[in-house]
Amino acid sequence: MIYLDNAATTQVDGSVLSSYMDISTQLFGNPSSLHKLGEMSSGLLNQSRKQIADLMNVYPEEIYFTSGGTEGDNWAIKGTAFEKESFGKHLITSAIEHPAVLKTMAQLEQMGWDVTYLPINQEGVINPSDLKASIRPDTVLVSIMAVNNEMGSIQPLKAIGDVLKDYPTIHFHVDAVQSVGIMDLDLNHSRIDLAVFSGHKFHAPKGTGFMYIKKGRKIQPLLSGGGQEKGGRSGTENVPGNAAMAKALRLALENTEEKKQHLSHLKDQLVNYLTGFDKVSLFSPKGSSPHIICFGMKQIKGEVVVHALEKEGIYVSTTSACSSKRKEQTHSIMGMGYAKEDAETVVRISLGYQNNLNDIEAFKQAFAPIYQQLASIYTDHTLGN
Amino acid sequence: MQVTEIMIRYGELSTKGKNKKYFIKKLLKSVREKLAPFPNLKVDANRDRLYILLNGEEADAVIESLTDVFGIQSISPVIKVDKSIDRAKEAVISLMGRHIEKGMTFKINTRRADHEFEYDTNEVNRILGSAVEEAFEGISVKMKEPSLTARVEIRQDGIYLSVQTIQGRGGLPVRTAGKGMLMLSGGIDSPVAGYLSLKRGMEIEAVHFHSPPYTSPQALQKAKDLAAKLARFTGPIQFIEVPFTEIQETIKREVPDEYSMTVTRRMMLRLTDEIRVLRKGLAIVNGESLGQVASQTMDSMFAINEVTTTPVLRPLISVDKNDIIAIAKDIDTFNLAVQPFEDCCTIFAPAKPKTRPKLAKVKEFEAAIDVDGLIERAMARLNVERITETDNTLDQQSDLFETFL
Repeated sequence: MIYLDNAATTQVDGSVLSSYMDISTQLFGNPSSLHKLGEMSSGLLNQSRKQIADLMNVYPEEIYFTSGGTEGDNWAIKGTAFEKESFGKHLITSAIEHPAVLKTMAQLEQMGWDVTYLPINQEGVINPSDLKASIRPDTVLVSIMAVNNEMGSIQPLKAIGDVLKDYPTIHFHVDAVQSVGIMDLDLNHSRIDLAVFSGHKFHAPKGTGFMYIKKGRKIQPLLSGGGQEKGGRSGTENVPGNAAMAKALRLALENTEEKKQHLSHLKDQLVNYLTGFDKVSLFSPKGSSPHIICFGMKQIKGEVVVHALEKEGIYVSTTSACSSKRKEQTHSIMGMGYAKEDAETVVRISLGYQNNLNDIEAFKQAFAPIYQQLASIYTDHTLGN
Repeated sequence: MQVTEIMIRYGELSTKGKNKKYFIKKLLKSVREKLAPFPNLKVDANRDRLYILLNGEEADAVIESLTDVFGIQSISPVIKVDKSIDRAKEAVISLMGRHIEKGMTFKINTRRADHEFEYDTNEVNRILGSAVEEAFEGISVKMKEPSLTARVEIRQDGIYLSVQTIQGRGGLPVRTAGKGMLMLSGGIDSPVAGYLSLKRGMEIEAVHFHSPPYTSPQALQKAKDLAAKLARFTGPIQFIEVPFTEIQETIKREVPDEYSMTVTRRMMLRLTDEIRVLRKGLAIVNGESLGQVASQTMDSMFAINEVTTTPVLRPLISVDKNDIIAIAKDIDTFNLAVQPFEDCCTIFAPAKPKTRPKLAKVKEFEAAIDVDGLIERAMARLNVERITETDNTLDQQSDLFETFL
């Protein structure tokens, strides 16, 4: 099996899994329990939080454990909306956010909030001046993702932050799920108030995640109960998961420059190869993340290519794994100005640092005959030109 | 360029007249103990300064350790170079570069012990000043209150340069004052009282009352962990655990609730004083702050203190809670102290303790219990343990946790 779907999820790292299992069997106490076992769990949880904070260069008090990206995005957006309801009910986001953001926004719209969706240009990024123009006196939140999960475009977070420096009361939320090891958000110095991360995107177990909430920023909790996570997120803490995630994050952020170069090298190989075919269009814009290559075969539904590659033991995606089983895919691609027919052809390769040149070779070996076959079926005539 | 040595200015001890030598010797000892993890250092003291030759050890880590040592006024990282003006230029630029930002002002302050050196003081000031101005954009020379001052000393054996002055912890070197017994409960206040006593050169032994099963092993461990936090400033601390169950049970049974707190405190003070005699101490230290709780009213202190004529020192007597908390955070005892374990003061706490206990009444109630016998039995089962800075659950757990993370 050659796994090229790392933006969907990643394989849990072996040593991370060992930690998870050891903690689950040895330090399984509830951190709230008064006894030794509970105290140990609580100590481990604190140390995990501290490790994550150190790695992100922020304070431990600014890190909150969650179950992943969807919960984080929901908490950041709804938590801000509910906290700041009396100050205003206008939210700003981009047209190409993950469904965890867009559907949350839609839910809030039904409940009486007003949402502005910023368009993206052909490079897949928003224009900070559009953002500036859409800010209103009642704007309370700007939510922009770091790295797009479908075609990998990287949003100009610094420029967005610069715009927002003049509006200190607006919460700036970043869905940073695809950013780990790809870009340094520099949370400590940036204007970013809230940032959401998901463990399973960097080789930690599923159901783990964390959120950064800048000191002094307040959002309402979504989960009420025992008051865990300083009252922000009740529910018995997932100590093994959170510790495993802290370890996975440490491993993910080791030698990031080398890893990024490695990914870029692999991506270049793929891009060069794919652009050699007449009937292949490349959707990933220039300057996009080194781990995502988004392309399509003209007139061929992405799904067909995915399954054809799967037959050869190569795993890729159509688009966002979360929406690819449903028919509401590729809003990012269409947002960049492509037609629906183009958007339906989308195939996403997403690399992890465990991938190597052999994987790329195997992909090429598999893709060439698939291309030949599919290209021969669809003549110029059937293409309808 | 690497910092080659560290210069330490003495705190108050420089004014201690004839005793100065003794204080310097003690300071030298605590510096050597604190810096034991850095084997390559060479430490040297004269009447005015203490010098540490780094011999390749990391300056930042050494300086961080030194900020835990009492008796140090300030610390400066120094670069020593050969007696060449070009090497001095390099060094001053390297040192300035760590701190300088656009818009800052600076001056060069040269002292020349070696009058043979080819440039005089003014020339050196000028040459190094221009070198710095050239090297960094947007900075300027200012003689009065500049943002940064580079101190340059030209001596026989080389040129010594320093820019940064780091505040030391102040106080007097440890173990220059005599020994006191610290009543260490596990709360916020008593570690701070201990810290402030250590800061004035007192040697501390910690006395802790343990009442199993009413108080938990965790509460005992917490007190030891707090002692370990204090050991950071003074080296190992003797931790004396006093078995207190029988006394608490007897008081609960025999003494009316509203007076139980006063009698309990008197028993604690008696025991601490007995231990003081045994351990050759000269004073008792506690964390009482006037009016904070029922046992810390003037009336209570009067009634409790009556059991001894030994000085009972209360460094926090006039310190507000918020200021105590600020120190507790500074010395890293706060987070530990607020962990929720019952201690021997809270578990039997009566609903309405007397804030104005009458001494006559106290004595009357005490007559009903066998004070001497209780004390004798407790003294027979003291447990003394030496606690070092790393003897704490956090560090030990931390090592275990590291293996998972």
